[in-house]
Amino acid sequence: MKARVHVTLKHGVLDPQGKAIAHALGSLGFGGVEDVRQGKFLELELAETDAGKAREQVKAMCEKLLANTVIENYTIELL
Amino acid sequence: MKAAVVVFPGSNRERDVALALKRASYTNPAYVWHGDTELPAGTDLVVLPGGFSYGDYLRCGAMASLSPVMRAVKDHAARGGYVIGICNGFQILAETGLVPGVLMRNASLRFVCRDVHLKVETTNSAYTGGYQPGQVIRVPVAHAEGNYFADGETLNRLEGEDRVAFRYCTEAGEITPEASPNGAIRNIAGVLNEKRNVLGMMPHPENMTEAVVGGTDGAILFDSLAKALA
Repeated sequence: MKARVHVTLKHGVLDPQGKAIAHALGSLGFGGVEDVRQGKFLELELAETDAGKAREQVKAMCEKLLANTVIENYTIELL
Repeated sequence: MKAAVVVFPGSNRERDVALALKRASYTNPAYVWHGDTELPAGTDLVVLPGGFSYGDYLRCGAMASLSPVMRAVKDHAARGGYVIGICNGFQILAETGLVPGVLMRNASLRFVCRDVHLKVETTNSAYTGGYQPGQVIRVPVAHAEGNYFADGETLNRLEGEDRVAFRYCTEAGEITPEASPNGAIRNIAGVLNEKRNVLGMMPHPENMTEAVVGGTDGAILFDSLAKALA
């Protein structure tokens, strides 16, 4: 089973990289980009076949390592 | 003072801090490899030095915080043992949860390597006891992720408990946004844990301990430690 994890900055946490990307898009002529928030995408290959157990495992991984929950949120998608 | 400097793959200031410790305490610290599971017997002070442990993979300090030696460092801190994390060491302490908060990418998105001024915000610690209250010191920073952040409740608690050790300031000691090299919230450059035995700080006091390299303001921190842990 495959898990896809998105790690994003929480609302209210400044994202200077996102701001720089938004600025660069504007200077390339892409108008109307009001805001950019950047983050991380991780793809995990899991031996687990039970979706419920897999979700629990990946959640624990996010809490312990993949995200810093002081500033980051995460979402888990199972395939 | 018996000190141990932890060396991670990618640490690069371990010798600088070892020299500063030797200068203050007349004793060479032990080097401890990140894969070790024990600290040398009788260790008073653990130092997590600056550098780029594990290539800053995932997040600065995230990998190092899970290395085998960190379990021993956590136990040491829980027993009341002293731990200082400088620069990457501060990032590791934050990832480990030994000090609150997190170090994010500098607001400028640039690596900043220059001298900064710090205001000594508390002298109530083994690290800062040798400074004058409110003293302004000059030490260098060298980092791209030193933008300290914590939620408002945590910040108020840190301030209420006198746990902000240093803030970035102007030469005259004013706390202004422009005086911060990285955008750190409330200009915070260093924080203590609840028991005041763990200090994390972004600037490098170990690189300002000899007049010949530009100043000795950093030496006072190591002298304070040597006196407190004699």
